[in-house]
Amino acid sequence: MNRFATLIDALVFMPSRNGKIRLLADFFSTTPDPDRGWALAALTEALTFNEAKPAAIRQLVAARTDPELFALSYDYVGDLAETVALIWPERHDRANSLPPSLPEVVDTLRAAKRSQVMDLVEGWLDTLDSSGRFALLKLITGSLRVGVSARLAKTALAELGKVDIGELEECWHGLTPPYLDLFAWLEGRSERPAAGHGAGFRPLMLSHPLEEEDRASLDPVDYSAEWKWDGIRVQLVSKGGERRIYSRTGDDVSGAFPDIVDHMSFDAVLDGELLVARREGEVASFNDLQQRLNRKAVTAKMLQEFPAWVRLYDILFDGDEDLRGLSFLERRARLERWYGEVQPRRMDLSPLVPFAGWAELESLRDNARENSIEGLMLKRRDSVYTAGRPKGPWFKWKRGALTLDTVLMYAQRGHGKRSSYYSDFTFGVWRGDELVPVGKAYFGFTDAELVELDRWVRNKTVRKYGPVREVEPGLVLEVAFDSVHPSTRHKSGLAMRFPRVHRIRWDKPAGEADRLETLQKMVVV
Amino acid sequence: MSPNNPPHPERWMKVCPEGLYVEPGGFYVDPLRPVERAVITHGHSDHARPGHAKVLATPGTLAIMRQRLGEGAGGFQQALEYGEAIRIGEVTVRLAPAGHVLGSAQVILEHAGSRVVVSGDYKRTFDRTCAPFEPVPCDVFITEATFGLPVFRHPPDLGEVRKLIHSLEIFPERTHVVGVYALGKCQRLITLLRAAGYDRPIYLHGALEPICTLYEGFGIALGELRPATVAAKEELKGALVLAPPAAVADRWARRLTDPVVAMASGWMRVRQRARQRGVELPLVISDHADWDELTQTLDDVGAPEVWVTHGREEALVHHATQRGIRARALALVGFEEEGA
Repeated sequence: MNRFATLIDALVFMPSRNGKIRLLADFFSTTPDPDRGWALAALTEALTFNEAKPAAIRQLVAARTDPELFALSYDYVGDLAETVALIWPERHDRANSLPPSLPEVVDTLRAAKRSQVMDLVEGWLDTLDSSGRFALLKLITGSLRVGVSARLAKTALAELGKVDIGELEECWHGLTPPYLDLFAWLEGRSERPAAGHGAGFRPLMLSHPLEEEDRASLDPVDYSAEWKWDGIRVQLVSKGGERRIYSRTGDDVSGAFPDIVDHMSFDAVLDGELLVARREGEVASFNDLQQRLNRKAVTAKMLQEFPAWVRLYDILFDGDEDLRGLSFLERRARLERWYGEVQPRRMDLSPLVPFAGWAELESLRDNARENSIEGLMLKRRDSVYTAGRPKGPWFKWKRGALTLDTVLMYAQRGHGKRSSYYSDFTFGVWRGDELVPVGKAYFGFTDAELVELDRWVRNKTVRKYGPVREVEPGLVLEVAFDSVHPSTRHKSGLAMRFPRVHRIRWDKPAGEADRLETLQKMVVV
Repeated sequence: MSPNNPPHPERWMKVCPEGLYVEPGGFYVDPLRPVERAVITHGHSDHARPGHAKVLATPGTLAIMRQRLGEGAGGFQQALEYGEAIRIGEVTVRLAPAGHVLGSAQVILEHAGSRVVVSGDYKRTFDRTCAPFEPVPCDVFITEATFGLPVFRHPPDLGEVRKLIHSLEIFPERTHVVGVYALGKCQRLITLLRAAGYDRPIYLHGALEPICTLYEGFGIALGELRPATVAAKEELKGALVLAPPAAVADRWARRLTDPVVAMASGWMRVRQRARQRGVELPLVISDHADWDELTQTLDDVGAPEVWVTHGREEALVHHATQRGIRARALALVGFEEEGA
């Protein structure tokens, strides 16, 4: 456990991506099997055992500490595992007991009954130091969150084995912890493991934002354009009788969308946007889609009120035929042919947007104020489907944001990187002479600005409601957002899409911030 | 006024916009704005502000203020040694060591039969650069609470310093830049390094030099110090450079070869804090009392009533209340969280 804890600590503190890759590569090359494999599984969230629920951990610590002091500490630290790791009262009589190894922890947990987990954890917490406790708690709650994505871990592995990351991705879904065959391959002791099973996730091709300077160097003739839909990116996989819907990160979200799964009676792998439709093909706002997200089960009422829809824009496999090596135009033709033949319900094709030059495309983009359109996608016609985010073949070109001068009303401490700073801001606009909240933003400012905002909040607090501080109405935040929709959940009757702090107007008096009427005029139905 | 029934200190100590006001003496302790008469606990810039007409403090604090504030250090400066008493208006004032930085003092106020101690910032850990904290029994103890949460437990400081020395051994080609506050932390870290056997020259950012010289003038040996700004890049490979926290995050540090960025602060105990500041090697070394020291101090002074000034007041107030001590938070603003 100690080596793993040291790695976790080093990763937390390492600010650079390359540094993290170096730390990981070093760990994988110097740590024996099966320890490194279990560590990899933990980092990529591939471990399955009876996870400890945060509530159970709170209960454990409650028995050892004053609940009020724990609550204040947790509010300050902003991370449950870290709070418990730091506050856990050490028992000096256990100081000489040997802390468990990572494989021992994993094996024991895999064999343990749910009812035994917390007793085991308590015993381990007593023998570990604060770094070890932190690593253990992160591990048993099933999410490390140390700034290492699965992709980053794979990059480190690819570097270690001097193999192409695409090759690694290809076989990734067929692998299981502790990955003995993977490490054997990376160390040149065996062949590459077989490619993943049929219904596995195929890594997605991602796009770069189109910058001003990119446009100058691109020839519009080389690109096709499509609308960029305001939904969530999904991959539909239907292979050998298995049906899966994956999110862009490869999470299986099939359970939340039975209304799509029901209609996947084909053999293909497709790329598209998951949306909610009001009527056949008429897309509702992202707000409506949100009702369907992050749910493990879905009620009949929801299925009826917010029916899911998939707008297809690419095809990766048609039957067993891998189309990823074809150009975009060839794949597009195959997609259209496939769609015509299969005619799947609850799905349609994302149309291509014809254009003659950048100027015309820009005006198309700016005039599209439909709820469901975020902007445009540009795809190089001759580009093959490549995993990851290669620069050049795909660009996203979002339409300009709307902005509004709002007044800071409430602040709450952030989590993760921003924990212990007041970084979640609720802002409002004037209705008559009262402020009504219209949204929440937690990014858009620099770290230096965050320190100033935090100080401002601490000095201008007028009331505290648990973790929430109400501040005096004295700071204007210019907020940028993509669109605004009617909402019954907010007092103002409006909800912003994707709000972020655009500028902090230290100079502007709160009385001169915008009024609710201004925001109402921006609503597009 | 009968000594058997003294007026409650609440009636003669007030929180004003200028800061903590001692009414029968007509002076403020660590005022935030320029005032007629100020008693200053220590030289950190959020406690020792410029522009007061009359200033009372220890000789150490006055020397620091003169160096940092020049003419702003106060029109009339009066030095008071630890333990000496002085009468201001109807109040007897004494200073006792606070163990925070050189010259740091607690202010002991006696009026009409009751005693109030304003601790200023303090710590209980042994520190070669200043006199150790002296618990003074009192009726009301006014305490800071910078690290007033049970998650803050500073590990032994020599262990933290050994981490730094170990890192210098593993990465002999990398310059180690440690963010330290100019007053106190810098000099304490140097004395800790020397105590741990590190006898190579230590390089200093220009902003740290004057206070180090001042400390040496007070008889604190710091070993060989060299200016980092003029040192050749080659010379700094594997060397130890101390700099103010802001310079560490800045371009100043980036000119160095693949530097290991370290920071010596009590905040480094919380991982996310270290991470927010881009620190690769966090060193938990603080000049403020941690949770155990704060609670121990409440026991040691035995005051039936505690007022908490700045930091995480709620937790300490809660703890004190649980122990049967009357406790409340003073709504004092303007004290920085830095320098911890």
